[in-house]
Amino acid sequence: MELYNGPLDTKEIFGRWLDEQAESNYGAYIPFVGTIRAEDDIEALSFDIYEPVLQKWFDEWQKKAAALGAVVKMAHSIGDVPVHTSSYVSAVFSPKRRVALELIDEFVEDFKANAPIWKYDVKNGERIYAADRSTPMNGAGLLQ
Amino acid sequence: MVKVEFLGPIGKAPMEMEAATLADVSTQLKKDTSLIQWLDKCAVALNDTMVNDLTTELKDGDRVSILPPVCGG
Repeated sequence: MELYNGPLDTKEIFGRWLDEQAESNYGAYIPFVGTIRAEDDIEALSFDIYEPVLQKWFDEWQKKAAALGAVVKMAHSIGDVPVHTSSYVSAVFSPKRRVALELIDEFVEDFKANAPIWKYDVKNGERIYAADRSTPMNGAGLLQ
Repeated sequence: MVKVEFLGPIGKAPMEMEAATLADVSTQLKKDTSLIQWLDKCAVALNDTMVNDLTTELKDGDRVSILPPVCGG
């Protein structure tokens, strides 16, 4: 798991991951890139991350992937990420395509639902929590 | 004493309190009007592990994190 301040250098990350696994005999490598779209007059999105819980979440996914003979990778931005740049990339390597295609779907969806990351719109230099696009994590409401 | 920290957009300074279980934490947080809009949507971690049981026992020095709705990517 890799965290960076500001936008991701997607080509460097994907190229490096590919090089790292060049001799691993994986038949499938499926990358996912999340790019900031220009909408609602935003200048950027901005992110807070709680790394200790994110790391545990990711460790569980590595175990789940390993049980299928696969590897999951991810990188995410902290702080401001301008429109038309990338804040999130992930990838799955697996011996054959079907496992990777299914895992990238599950992994990205669970990431959206349960990775402890908070998103803000940046407008006129101000950070506004994206409350209407955010999802309560599993177990939410315990203390109510 | 346990420490309660509020993550992301909640924007509230950490609190210290006496609490034997997470239910005690809940009782005290519900008295704080600034948290009314948050508690029904927030998940909870104890010492960085997600928890889902109000009877979870706490010990001195434990750290309880309150995690509001997320949106990575």
